[in-house]
Amino acid sequence: MEHTHTAAGHENAHSDSATKSIWRTFWILLCITMVEVGLAFLHLETGFPSRVFLNAIFVGLTVLKAFYIVAEFMHLGQEIKNLILTILIPLLLFVWFIVAFLYEGDSWKNMRKDLKPGTPQEAPKAPSKEEGHGHY
Amino acid sequence: MDTAVTAKKKWWAGGYSPFNVSYGKLMMWYFLMSDAFTFGALLIAYGTIRFSSTSWPDPNSVFRSFPGMGETNMPLVFVSLMTFILIMSSVTMVLAVHAGHMRDRKAVAKWLTWTIVGGIAFLSCQAWEWTHLFHEGAWWGRNPFPNTDGTVASTNFTNFFFTITGFHGLHVTSGVILNIVILANVLKGTYEHRGHYEMVEKVGLYWHFVDLVWVFVFTCFYLL
Repeated sequence: MEHTHTAAGHENAHSDSATKSIWRTFWILLCITMVEVGLAFLHLETGFPSRVFLNAIFVGLTVLKAFYIVAEFMHLGQEIKNLILTILIPLLLFVWFIVAFLYEGDSWKNMRKDLKPGTPQEAPKAPSKEEGHGHY
Repeated sequence: MDTAVTAKKKWWAGGYSPFNVSYGKLMMWYFLMSDAFTFGALLIAYGTIRFSSTSWPDPNSVFRSFPGMGETNMPLVFVSLMTFILIMSSVTMVLAVHAGHMRDRKAVAKWLTWTIVGGIAFLSCQAWEWTHLFHEGAWWGRNPFPNTDGTVASTNFTNFFFTITGFHGLHVTSGVILNIVILANVLKGTYEHRGHYEMVEKVGLYWHFVDLVWVFVFTCFYLL
């Protein structure tokens, strides 16, 4: 990292730009949160962005916020690549976790719906005239 | 931070950390990664149960109160304030870390103090919210809020809400305690004597992680 420079002039210039980028990240995070809350209110008032679309936006914006916190506030962006990768690659497991478990939950719900007593009406079988004559 | 990075440097030849960070900081990163899996497991369990339910309570009609506003319907306002407080305390924390790089002891103490104030403010908000929900009849094993389709909801909603926000609140609490310990050391001059403020960076990482988890909790419980 750059703060190994010890010349006083460098120090000040670096200090200013670092503080600036901290506040820039703050404003980005605040704006994203305000957009999220704004969209939620828009949906409450008008029902405009449909629920599925809205949820997709929320998840996308959440990941964006997470990126800014980890990269800027936690300075992971300034670490060397090997460290970044040892942290991020294991987290890829989450992709599988989320897909697998939510799929499981959804299929559970469908089974619940289908197997509820009385829910799947026995498909009324039209008695066929041709078959069933003394075959059994 | 230890040495200048040159293109020809042999990272794995020994003599220095191949990750260019101290042992403590590296282990803090790995701890946070494991903690991310803990929170991830809780949130995914919540998601699975929610996906498997035919209907679920509407967060906007559950979390609609603001302290001192009585029965006014204000969805999202209070939790937005809580989010703002936590983001703000993350900013003061990163400013403290930055002041530590500059070896400016007074500034470190100032920003750490503000971070602690922010953490306590967040915990107070959460305490109010929990108390309010408790008085509405919600607790582990009790859920007074109906599903969106009008049917009686199971207690899954409140169980997950109190467990996950509670686990997060516990992290905030331990973060505040760690920050207080570090602030005491800063004031004592421990790090000035040691020659660096890396401990501030380590608790800073933990504190930002707590903020990071809140970002996901906020989305999963209040927005979706």
